[in-house]
Amino acid sequence: MKYTGTVLLAVIASAALNAGSVSADTIRIGASAPRSGPQAGAASAVYWPTLELWVHNVNEAGGLDVGGEKMMIELVAYDDKSQPDEAVKNIQRLTTQDKVDFIAAPYSTGLNLATAPLIARAGLPQIVATGNLNDLEPFVEKWPNTFWLLGRASDLSTGIVGTLSSMREKGEVGNKVALVYVGDAFGLEMMAGGKPAFEEAGFEIVYESSYPIGAQDLAPIISGAKSSGADAFVAYSYPPDSFALTEQAQVQSFNPAVFYVGVGGALTGFGERFGDGVEGVMSMGGIDPVSDAYQQFRTQQIAVTGVAPDYWANPIVYAGMEILGTAIERVGSLDKAAVISEIQSGSFDTVIGQVSFSNNIVEQVWNVGQWHDGVFYGVNAKGLDAAADPFVKPVWSR
Amino acid sequence: MTRSVFIQLILLALVVLCFAALPFMTEGFYLTLAVNIALYVALCTAWTLFSGPTHLVSLATAAFFGVGIYATAIGVEYLPFPVVILLGGLAGAVFAAGVGAMTLRLSGVYFVIFTLGLAELARQLVTYFQTKIFGSIGLFVLTDHSEGDLFHYLLALIVVIFVTGWLIGRSRLGFAMRVIGNDELVARHFGIEVARSKIILFVISGAFIAMAGAIMAPRYAYVEPASAFNSTMSFLVVIMALLGGTRRLWGPLVGVVPFTIIADLISAYFPEHINIIIGLGFLLIVYLLKDGVSGILLKALGSNRLTRAQGAKP
Repeated sequence: MKYTGTVLLAVIASAALNAGSVSADTIRIGASAPRSGPQAGAASAVYWPTLELWVHNVNEAGGLDVGGEKMMIELVAYDDKSQPDEAVKNIQRLTTQDKVDFIAAPYSTGLNLATAPLIARAGLPQIVATGNLNDLEPFVEKWPNTFWLLGRASDLSTGIVGTLSSMREKGEVGNKVALVYVGDAFGLEMMAGGKPAFEEAGFEIVYESSYPIGAQDLAPIISGAKSSGADAFVAYSYPPDSFALTEQAQVQSFNPAVFYVGVGGALTGFGERFGDGVEGVMSMGGIDPVSDAYQQFRTQQIAVTGVAPDYWANPIVYAGMEILGTAIERVGSLDKAAVISEIQSGSFDTVIGQVSFSNNIVEQVWNVGQWHDGVFYGVNAKGLDAAADPFVKPVWSR
Repeated sequence: MTRSVFIQLILLALVVLCFAALPFMTEGFYLTLAVNIALYVALCTAWTLFSGPTHLVSLATAAFFGVGIYATAIGVEYLPFPVVILLGGLAGAVFAAGVGAMTLRLSGVYFVIFTLGLAELARQLVTYFQTKIFGSIGLFVLTDHSEGDLFHYLLALIVVIFVTGWLIGRSRLGFAMRVIGNDELVARHFGIEVARSKIILFVISGAFIAMAGAIMAPRYAYVEPASAFNSTMSFLVVIMALLGGTRRLWGPLVGVVPFTIIADLISAYFPEHINIIIGLGFLLIVYLLKDGVSGILLKALGSNRLTRAQGAKP
């Protein structure tokens, strides 16, 4: 029992110390995202290091210039355990207890939706970099403080349709598509936009299949797609499945002209995992990897956090924070409503390019990328120039 | 009813009233924390109704809780909230009855493993039906209920759970359960219908847990199978209930309150280490606190009385 007392004292002391470090010329930014639970792995790759980098960069530059006064950033971060009720509790704590000035939006679609009512009540902008939906308009109408930096789900799902159409025009790829998706919220949202778009563009869906989330054995999916004689393989998959599908395609020597996987294919680790074999593989996401802004961001994140960023989500998370910081500087005060309206109407120079919102939904979306010489190039984008032209995937080199 | 019981009841009613006034005093984080504490008090006490006397560790909490959440997610647009909560309880009861009839003849670790799989089974079933029939996975639960409302509903639920537990403890069923918990073979020789008694208790416990889920659903705002059926919750409930001790109805209460507050502080200041600390805590509880905090409290009170009665100086 003695020990319990000591531990409690220590905890209270550290709480008091934390509270004491607040001063008038800091901006407190709150964050609530998974550090434990099912989504912790993904969040510790694409969310936390980038947030840390942004705070580091701003503070190293002397802070944000708010109406002529330089203000340093203080990050107040909590673990939401990948659970909505924890996320709600954290936002409640950040807004009423810690009284943060602004927040970094939570991680993933579900947790952003769950916390939106509370964040709106606190009058804070919520720039969602890691979540999207097909029907964003009613949501924006209800919560005009939410901004959707990943675009609509349909922007992402139909990107590959555009890429395939342009390749078909050049005679590089045929008309037959194998369409595969994970049986989860994400897969369904993607199919809702993607499948009609393929049909409308005159593609023939020769194979269609879903698999449960967490499925270990995806060999039947690949062999089914292979025997269908598809020219293009399109999978709306999650990271573990993106790896597994690519691996199976290599094992079974399945060589369609276009091989596309969903989330995860833009990870630096994906390129490293498959080495030379990754040449020509397409995936959701992308960026201009040779732009100065991205190169600088990449070098910095590796130097500061030791975590190599990917070619999609990390830059978008960073762009979200850049937009928030720029909007605060332009407004010249911590007036939340003014910052929200600046984000709504302004145009922002970010690591993913020149970005602006229309009806709170971003107009510039990188949606398809392709591996070439160990780097992932955005080959299709809405509202931005592609970084490279798509090409036919060579036969697996392994 | 004797006079002392009557006075105790009045005191209890006063305590409940004091808690009911909480939402009028604070609206921010402390109320949210209070809702979390109330939630786990309800869950752990409901869990103890079954697992306390039977000594069968159930990891099905997340499954019942998820059923309750979905009851609200589907029904709240068409029906008043209290009705939806009752329906959630009903759904939990039906689910528990079906599962109980199939599995409560299993004993010991087999039962534990099965209940662990139950939340996953329910999650996959919901996912399957939503994929195949509705074509979308998430459901919005948009209500006007504030945290204060949720707190009041939970407080009412806790009172109902305690009254039910108190009644069970004084009924033939409660007596039967105590015999079963001590020695099932003896119970059978007594002529106690072991399986039926267990199922009844499992149903009551499951229904209450589902009602807690139904009450909490508005806080989720957006319900997905992965968030509704979260097996972490099942483990937390077991840890907290064991910390409090399962021999007394109020045992979980003295476990939940300190656990929630300390876990919250740990996760706020050492977010990277919460799982390690909780794991170590679990080990310590199991090895050192066999009867939980309530066991220690009782022992301390008991020995004090003894020394006072003997006239010894403390």
